Amino acid sequence: MSPRLFQRRGTRLRDAPAEAEIFRRRAVWGFLIAMLLLGTLGLRFAWLQVSQYEVYQTRSESNRIRLRSIPPSRGLVYDRNGRLLADNVPAYRLELIPEQVDDIDATIAGLSDVVSLDEEDLRRFRATLKSKRRFQSVPIKLRLNESEMASFAVNRYRFPGVEVVPYLTRRYPYGELFAHVIGYVGRLDESDLAAMSEQDIAEYDGTTHIGKSGIEKHYEKELHGQVGFERVEINAEGRVLRVIERQPAIPGRDLFLSIDADLQAAVEAAFEGQPGAAVAVDPRDGEVLALVSLPSYDPNDFVYGISQRDYSRLLANPGRPLFNRALSGGYEPGSTLKPFIGLAGLELGLRRPEQTVLSTGAFKLPNQDREYRDWRPGGHGRVDLKEALAQSVNTYFYGLAVDLGIDRLSEYMAQFGFGAPSGIDLDGEATGILPSREWKSANRNQPWFPGETVIAGIGQGFWVVTPLQLAEGLSMLANGGVRYPLHLLHAIRDGYDAPVSVLAMPPPPPSVVRDPSNLAAVREGMIAVVHGATGSAHRVIGLDAPYTIAGKSGTAQRVSRRGEESIRVNDLPFELRHRALFVAYAPAEKPEIAVVVVVEHGGSGSLAAAPVARRILDAWVLRDRGDDGADEPLGATP
Amino acid sequence: MNPLPGLQRFALRLLRPRMDVPLLLAILLVITVGLLTLASASGGNERLVVSQALRMGMGLAAMLVLSRIPPGQLRLWTPWLFVASLVVLMLVPVIGTGRSARSWLNLGFFYLQPGELLKLTLPMMVAWVLHRELLPPRWRTLFLAGTVIAVPTGLIAIQPDLGTAMLVAASGAFVVFLGGIGWWRIVAILGMAAAVAPIGWQFLREYHRDRLRMFLNPEADPLGAGWNIIQSKIAVGSGGLFGKGWGQGSQSRLEFLPEHTTDFVFAVFSEEFGLLGVLLMLSLYLFIVGRSLWIAANARDTWARLLGGALALTFLVYVVVNGGMICGLLPVIGVPMPLMSYGGTSAVTLLAGFGIVMSLHAHRKMMGS
Repeated sequence: MSPRLFQRRGTRLRDAPAEAEIFRRRAVWGFLIAMLLLGTLGLRFAWLQVSQYEVYQTRSESNRIRLRSIPPSRGLVYDRNGRLLADNVPAYRLELIPEQVDDIDATIAGLSDVVSLDEEDLRRFRATLKSKRRFQSVPIKLRLNESEMASFAVNRYRFPGVEVVPYLTRRYPYGELFAHVIGYVGRLDESDLAAMSEQDIAEYDGTTHIGKSGIEKHYEKELHGQVGFERVEINAEGRVLRVIERQPAIPGRDLFLSIDADLQAAVEAAFEGQPGAAVAVDPRDGEVLALVSLPSYDPNDFVYGISQRDYSRLLANPGRPLFNRALSGGYEPGSTLKPFIGLAGLELGLRRPEQTVLSTGAFKLPNQDREYRDWRPGGHGRVDLKEALAQSVNTYFYGLAVDLGIDRLSEYMAQFGFGAPSGIDLDGEATGILPSREWKSANRNQPWFPGETVIAGIGQGFWVVTPLQLAEGLSMLANGGVRYPLHLLHAIRDGYDAPVSVLAMPPPPPSVVRDPSNLAAVREGMIAVVHGATGSAHRVIGLDAPYTIAGKSGTAQRVSRRGEESIRVNDLPFELRHRALFVAYAPAEKPEIAVVVVVEHGGSGSLAAAPVARRILDAWVLRDRGDDGADEPLGATP
Repeated sequence: MNPLPGLQRFALRLLRPRMDVPLLLAILLVITVGLLTLASASGGNERLVVSQALRMGMGLAAMLVLSRIPPGQLRLWTPWLFVASLVVLMLVPVIGTGRSARSWLNLGFFYLQPGELLKLTLPMMVAWVLHRELLPPRWRTLFLAGTVIAVPTGLIAIQPDLGTAMLVAASGAFVVFLGGIGWWRIVAILGMAAAVAPIGWQFLREYHRDRLRMFLNPEADPLGAGWNIIQSKIAVGSGGLFGKGWGQGSQSRLEFLPEHTTDFVFAVFSEEFGLLGVLLMLSLYLFIVGRSLWIAANARDTWARLLGGALALTFLVYVVVNGGMICGLLPVIGVPMPLMSYGGTSAVTLLAGFGIVMSLHAHRKMMGS
């Protein structure tokens, strides 16, 4: 403000109306500019709100609406009497919400003093941390035990942003006992997802576990249920504010198995710690009452991912606890096949029951030097079918097999399910080997030799059966020749309140036996095995049996499942030979149970396997059937 | 004459001769809509709405007081008021407080934003400088006016409070514009400003640069600085023609929209009341600007005219800059929607400014005497 400026005032005449006019013009300009600018704004808003409305409407909706999956709760598994074999139980995991934790590393370090955190936990935590948003909780430890729960509760104040979260997890209350029946669930992983269709992947959204073996795997669809969803409104941070629409998940269906938990436990106990396998079947309908493979493992270890160390230990165990012997184990059936061969001879008119054969201790094919031996040096003398079975006379069956010829023998045996999977509702069943010309030329690229027919007659040579196959065939001998499909699933229930509906079975096929008197003769021979004075198992289990048992022993060599290389028994290490087999059903007059027992490196079938079978039969036949004597499983329709 | 009850008569006497009723009604209408929008945007936060209502009450009181001060009186005080506000402004770097910018003075009972004072005293001062000379102004006068504008603008810009600096500068520039500065001179000055702009860029803080960059391409960083613009456009666009209804704006209620009670409150309004509401509000704002210009044109002397007109056009700048930001036409600069956005002393300043305009109206008849 220089003095000169003030002096200027008087130099020009002030013209007030002119100045007012200048202002008025500029004010008009100003107003026009205002109209222009506000008009531009108005047009811009109109463009956004009318022309672009759909676009922004959609974006606004997708901003606030999220579809969230509600995983269904997994169906439970019961035994035939309603005893729970696979349960969902509350468990607790430790989770951390990154945005509520100032220093994640320090928190983890502090936590490891309170709960045990191993490398695996930390690796998984770091991996998950990267894929989640800051407000989403990340699991640190999947299962807290009680002492960890307690010590965390005491130290909780030190760990803001770390929470104990309850959830449902699978638990197998019987542990090892049903591992080879129920199997286990494991974490849903990449390979599971890769094998699924788009729709299935949606079904498993939010689900963490899937059946990996056994019933859990075979009935995965039934057990899983249907995923539900909810449309939720979220805010800018992704937090859920309210549920707009909700379609609840449909829980998986509960399964009732034909297995009897008591019998299963009795079977396991019957082995008295020996490795082996057993299958018990109700011959009247093909329901599997017990299925045991020993040694076993604890399926609970697999639910939350078994550690590499524990897994290696299981794999390295020479007893192969993970291997389901009853389902996938291939065994040479040996003498346990003799009843079937004997029946073939009668049914095809090659033998009559009372017809006798002289056993001299050695059998020779015409024009061949090789001797096929009886197990008793010097032979058994003249034996009919009953004695041939009771004493397990090889010569009887050598000759019979030669008379049958491999083609008829093979064709006949196929009727009992040999050489084909039983079709039980478990995955991974082995098919075994039914010796035949076709099989040999396809698998060995060799013609059939007559000597091979001879040993096929006593269940040796190429023969491979699984305990399940043997149980299937045995059931047919017990029930008059009807082949019921073996199965584990007995009934199903849609939710806790729903009625238990027993599965309808397809009508059974007609009996394969032409003349029941033929079968009766064979069964008489099998009864003589246990109860006859000369019976091979008579002294072991037949002397004090309060009910009639029909059985047959066998001594077998373990054969490679692939069955491609021939195995010379004497070259095998001890633990790979002398499988003792025993098949039996009881009560012989009105069979309720058929059982197949394999005792690994047990030695003789009669000595090692028959007592196991007897204990199993006792457990079933002599069990307490309740006041009314009813023998009906849960949910059976009257 | 039917005697009116005493209070009513008093109120009429207080208002009628001093206040321009159409302008007052328009202002009260904007304030009412603003409070309603705020109630929705804050999710029914009563304390927030009440405190805003109190602030508006304070502003209306300031308006009432200023409307009773004759413009001549105000003109005499102008140099002193300007110097005083400049001194307070210079205290800010020394004893100021604030989160992102040191732009506040703690007066113990009240946080004062000295930049706001300049929104009134600067146009007063520029008008004072201009009115002492004949109009249209000469270069020498323009230079003086430019200095008066540049010093406080620079001080506010380095706080940094870009929004206020821009508004303060604009209020001064409008005085010069209304003073009848030649069009070629306007072009020349704008040209110089454009030439100086790159140098000004160097002085901008990083977050201001971010905002300017983001304005050019908001989708580049949808979760970072571009978020504001994107979410604001979604709020506006999803409002459609009729809006989602009062209290139904999901963008603000679910906090997708940042600053939804303050700088982005008009986006909430647009979302809830749609294009019809927006056009109504823009018309109301246009009316306020036009009515103020009209009152200024009828003021009794040059100083009053220039000041009144500048205040009206500054009000327009608020609306255009904030509205332009809301709909993505302009970068995100901290300029509130006048009389709608929550907080700040800007509402008080604006209403005080309208108090001056009301005073011009009240004293217009003295022009002839």
